[in-house]
Amino acid sequence: MSESQFLDLRDITIAYGAQKAVENVSLSVAQGQLLALLGPSGCGKTTLMRAIAGLLPLTQGSMTLAGRDLTRVPANRREIGLVFQSYALFPHLSVFDNVAFGLKLRHLDKTEIEERSKVAIAMVGLTGFEHRLPRELSGGQQQRVALARSIVVRPRLLLLDEPLSNLDARLRLDMRSQLHRLHHDLGITMIYVTHDQAEALALADRIVVMRSGKIIQTGTPEDLYERPQTGFVARFMGFENVLRVTSSGLVSDEGSLPFATQSLQNIHALAWRPHHVQLGQGPFKSRILGASYQGDSIEYLLDTPAGHLKVQSPAASPRYQPAQEIAFDLPLTHAISLRED
Amino acid sequence: MMRLSGFSILALAMLFLLGPFFIIAAAGLSAGDLLVFPPQGLSLRWFVAILDIERFRVSFLLSMELAIISTGLSLLMGVPAAYALARYDVPFREAMRTIITSPVIVPAIIAGLALLRYAVIPLGLPVISALILGHTALVAPYAVRVVSVSLTHLRVDVEEAAILLGATRSGAFFRIVLPNIKNGMMAAFILGFITSFNQVPVSLFLTGPGISTLPIDMLGAMEFVYDPSIAALSTLLALMTILIVLLAERLLGLSRYV
Repeated sequence: MSESQFLDLRDITIAYGAQKAVENVSLSVAQGQLLALLGPSGCGKTTLMRAIAGLLPLTQGSMTLAGRDLTRVPANRREIGLVFQSYALFPHLSVFDNVAFGLKLRHLDKTEIEERSKVAIAMVGLTGFEHRLPRELSGGQQQRVALARSIVVRPRLLLLDEPLSNLDARLRLDMRSQLHRLHHDLGITMIYVTHDQAEALALADRIVVMRSGKIIQTGTPEDLYERPQTGFVARFMGFENVLRVTSSGLVSDEGSLPFATQSLQNIHALAWRPHHVQLGQGPFKSRILGASYQGDSIEYLLDTPAGHLKVQSPAASPRYQPAQEIAFDLPLTHAISLRED
Repeated sequence: MMRLSGFSILALAMLFLLGPFFIIAAAGLSAGDLLVFPPQGLSLRWFVAILDIERFRVSFLLSMELAIISTGLSLLMGVPAAYALARYDVPFREAMRTIITSPVIVPAIIAGLALLRYAVIPLGLPVISALILGHTALVAPYAVRVVSVSLTHLRVDVEEAAILLGATRSGAFFRIVLPNIKNGMMAAFILGFITSFNQVPVSLFLTGPGISTLPIDMLGAMEFVYDPSIAALSTLLALMTILIVLLAERLLGLSRYV
């Protein structure tokens, strides 16, 4: 078994009737890797994750985990853990019994169950809470119980469904670093489902971007952040100004900017991050629609012949007022080129 | 002004709902020999007297047995039915739900007559089986409804979590689902018990010679006996029901389910 194929999904399609939620997805995850499935809601990432867990049947395709064909193995024998977005703790069981649940099903002896459960509870920092019921815990604590309950049975693969989405911002950062540490300490292979690109960039070894049931781009966080290949991924990664290249210039759905595009043949579109658009000088005319102060920078919304563009300028630079006419430039040196979506 | 009229409407409603009970209770406390209101003097003699009446004791026990057995049976059917309706993609789910709860809509007297005419007589069912059958059918809708309510409080992914930890489907049901709908089942049992115990119209058709439930027996007795004993018995039964409901509300929060 080669390391790069610890989890191997081959040509997976999942359909509800005629509707294909996931279409021809092939994907492999190396042992110990943390892979993020990134995409907007409804892109099929959760469906794919549930299918990997065995909670949904595959319409087509196959999957192997550690060399074992799981395609027809029922969910309870896949040795795959899942941390649910809702945590899904057993409401009538204490923290300890929630964590020990999987071990008890494996008929281990009592001292081992106790020992391992305690270690797992300590690992998520909940020692002392063993006898609490789920409803007596905060959201963050429930999340950690769910995590402990999943890792205590030592799954071969751990799936996490938007694990941070129900937490407040501060807790989210805290939990994110705890997850990072757990992944590092346990060396467990993980698939992390999220719609938040910042989470994916911070945690993942590799990111898979999905849209409408298909994989659009796969790569390391750096790959995706620096070199998105399509407008969809580019917008996700902060290249918010995407314009198509045509013979008459740069085009959006709203209009076009005259631009010398002779040198840009075979390029479908160009994209710029807001802070790469130059304000105050340049060949294009625009009007300031709005300005919002961000602390170290100011974000402007420009009304241009090619629709709205987002610009970020350092707070120290000259301020512009809404309705003011202003020239701007889209420097080619900072543009990335995109292929068709 | 508004407050006063609101209060008087409430008082009228309470009087309307509870008045009959107080009249019966007062009549039962009479010291005289006739069932009249207002009572002729006050005494507990009729409350003592009914405890000595053999036929009421027999029918009381039968009603108890009947209520326990038929409510138990209705839960045995109702819990899986409610579970299937809640969790599986049952074809015609809404139609099924309607059919299962329809005995609540059909007038009980019609259900009783139909049961007698088309099941009990053609099949030659013994009286006791007929009663169990009728009462189970009558109580089952409550079981399905109440258990359904408590199932909606239990998220599906809680069961999925158990399965991913290694439990089988049935293992997840017994270890996770049942403990979490226990209160709903108790509530269903109490509701079903009271419904069955106080049932008249269906029992009316299904009781036979020598076998009678308590309410039917009381109805029969009223045709011949006109002393306050029936009122005393009714008061005791009402008190029993009130006690059970209060206890259930205290322990289970019964009102959440109905």
